[in-house]
Amino acid sequence: MVAEKFTIAIEDSDEAFTCSSDRNVLKAMEQLGRKGIPVGCRGGGCGVCRVQVVGDGRYRTGKMSREQVPVDDERQGICLACKLFPEADLRLKVLGRWQKHFITGMNPEAA
Amino acid sequence: MSFTGVMRPGHAAIRVLDMDESVTYYTERMGLMKTDEDDQGRVYLKAWDELDCFSIVLREADSPGIDYTGYKTFSRADMDELVGKLEDYGIDIEWIAEGELNNCGERARFQTPSGHSFELYSEKKQIGDGLGRTNPNPWPEGLKGMQVYRFDHVLLYGPNIIETTKIFTDVLGFDLTERVLTPEGEMNVTFVSCSNKAHDLAFVEYPEPNKLHHVSFMLMTWEEVLRAADLMSMHDISIDIGPTRHGITRGRTIYFFDPSGNRNEVFCGDYTWYPDREPITWTAEELGRAIFYHDRRLNENFLTVVT
Repeated sequence: MVAEKFTIAIEDSDEAFTCSSDRNVLKAMEQLGRKGIPVGCRGGGCGVCRVQVVGDGRYRTGKMSREQVPVDDERQGICLACKLFPEADLRLKVLGRWQKHFITGMNPEAA
Repeated sequence: MSFTGVMRPGHAAIRVLDMDESVTYYTERMGLMKTDEDDQGRVYLKAWDELDCFSIVLREADSPGIDYTGYKTFSRADMDELVGKLEDYGIDIEWIAEGELNNCGERARFQTPSGHSFELYSEKKQIGDGLGRTNPNPWPEGLKGMQVYRFDHVLLYGPNIIETTKIFTDVLGFDLTERVLTPEGEMNVTFVSCSNKAHDLAFVEYPEPNKLHHVSFMLMTWEEVLRAADLMSMHDISIDIGPTRHGITRGRTIYFFDPSGNRNEVFCGDYTWYPDREPITWTAEELGRAIFYHDRRLNENFLTVVT
């Protein structure tokens, strides 16, 4: 079976890229050299690539850390891009890194 | 013999999202050996150069991270003495019965102000390295993947690391080997040793408690680190950074992630620690070079990606 290809658009940016149904969205973005979603562990664990699917685009997800994606969040279309597989064109709102903590006494600008 | 008290990091209990995928990763890719499985579904693994029957315990859960890290004492008497010192220091001990982990003796568990759980234990069944203790060969044939020699240390993120570090240095007899000072002169990164390794445990000050930065495994040579990196690309393992060098500990390293997003490290070549050395101090403005000696800058992943 040939995997279908879909367009992934990042809200509040001009960024859009193609992702096939058998590939996770984060990997598709990275392999095309595109940006927009922060990249962390790529294993569904750290929550850095948290996104919200906006609208009614269909998708499926792999197993993700429940700590990073509680059930209520998941019902609202929140998921981790590294475990997100499109089944339609998707619009994503990036929630990721700026919700994360940094080392105390350090910030990314200073680092 | 001068080496008593806490000898080494003896086990790390890691949560994984998918057990089958994780066992394949830790055995075929990392090169650990599966030695046991218990009725709770936990899987026990060891590296080839370790004699005790396990050093890594995997537990399937809905969020990754670390359950606890166990340190082995030289003797039961040493363990009891150290437990007494912990209690005198005001730390509550939870006793975990012998056999709760297969083939492991009684464990004394305690919490640190960083939110992490640690254990002391003195007994674990030795099954050896397959080479024997008489006229052994230098390494066994048939090793897989990165062929790591041993579980070496963990780096943990959490609050109150000054207080937490003091438990290890002032109560359990560890030495502070390296530290980073903030511009205000407070320690926000600490490395401690219970042996003559440059680190047996490390902490980074972080607002969220009980976080895992990485579980580290030792290799012997830079060539082995490079070969490990090759295997990561062959098998599409998520690489964080490296191969590169740390300023802290001088280790030659690569950071990468297990299938659940827990960071792992393989490294070689830190220095020999002796207790008559002064700790090494890194200043905040040199933190980039301290962590990644070649890049000389911290990346956001080092600062934020934890499980």
